[in-house]
Amino acid sequence: MSVFGWLNDQVLRMTWLNDLVGAGVAAIGLDPASRIGGSVQFFVYDVIKIFILLSVLIFAISYVQSHFPPERTRAMLGGRSGLGANTLAALLGTLTPFCSCSSIPLFIGFTAAGLPLAVTFSFLISSPLVDLASVILLASIFNWPIALAYVVVGLLVAIVGGTIIGRLGMEGQVAEFVRTVPVSGEAATMTRGERLAYARDQAVEIVHRVWPYVLVGVGIGAAIHNWVPADVISGLLGQDKWWSVPVAVLVGIPMYADIFGTLPIAEALVGKGVGLGTVLAFMMAVTALSLPSLILLKRVVKMPLLVTFTGVVTLGILSIGLIFNAISNWFI
Amino acid sequence: MIIKILGSGCKKCVALGENAKAAAAAAGKQAEIVKVTDFAEIAAYGVMSTPGLVIDEKVVSTGKVLTADEIGKLI
Repeated sequence: MSVFGWLNDQVLRMTWLNDLVGAGVAAIGLDPASRIGGSVQFFVYDVIKIFILLSVLIFAISYVQSHFPPERTRAMLGGRSGLGANTLAALLGTLTPFCSCSSIPLFIGFTAAGLPLAVTFSFLISSPLVDLASVILLASIFNWPIALAYVVVGLLVAIVGGTIIGRLGMEGQVAEFVRTVPVSGEAATMTRGERLAYARDQAVEIVHRVWPYVLVGVGIGAAIHNWVPADVISGLLGQDKWWSVPVAVLVGIPMYADIFGTLPIAEALVGKGVGLGTVLAFMMAVTALSLPSLILLKRVVKMPLLVTFTGVVTLGILSIGLIFNAISNWFI
Repeated sequence: MIIKILGSGCKKCVALGENAKAAAAAAGKQAEIVKVTDFAEIAAYGVMSTPGLVIDEKVVSTGKVLTADEIGKLI
């Protein structure tokens, strides 16, 4: 095995931890090959792994993100339009610190500054969808080609989705007050120490916020992993079932969860023979669209634009799921 | 003085409000804490990342939960 492969297995996938937890499970008298033992091993291993990766990753990524506050992103995007601007917006969306409760002030701030809707929506789609931490977790749970493919298609949904929304000429579909908001606010410059403190605070805060989702996600994953027979799952969501992707998307959209909570479910589903496209579509639907965020968005955009946004993103995710299912043998 | 907490009511805004209250109490100042949850009003301050902290109509911090000590230095 190559050095890189060994590092990847030990550091990112933490196979040592799985072995250790397996030994621990055996030591308390449970057989890791049995259902209960296997569930316990999956649960403990996944919870520890996700929390270690989450803390380290959020810290490192927040440090990078502290260079890209929304004020700076807005300044970088100002005066641009066209495909290049959409691409830049989608890329910056992955870098700008983002919390779903901030998306509306951000939308207002961008629109008030005169950024085209196309650019703002490319940013709004990519920001929750493609997150640096989730990419590395994907690489940990699956492999690097899948993680990179996820980034590429996630950015594509954001770029194409934003472009379509821009082409539809819906600039009038924004709540009136948004246009009259004053544009102010300069990003404060931070010292290195402040960036480190910011990164630490983000790591603590995000782990604090997402841990219930992670526990529930891993719990569901462990249940699927050891208790649900593979033929039941593949019968419902198998790769040969055309409806598997639409079902995954329809179930995922109203759900509000963090990508960190959905990953263990995805892991268990793929282990049971569910198509990669179906699983990716599910994760994207959960993270990109949720009822709470749509209700918030309704406050600043009119219904036709909200429906268009939801429709465009849903179609994008559906196509990605179908395409990935068709070509998944390239990755696994 | 009037301290305004800008934010749609997420956990961070609640935490910031409590820290502001503690800071004002520690500084021995009479402060009225106002929660601003309306997006139009939040945006009117030019704030793009919540929670935001406004002291006597001046935006002093955005996007983070300041501790009571940090707020104490600002009031």
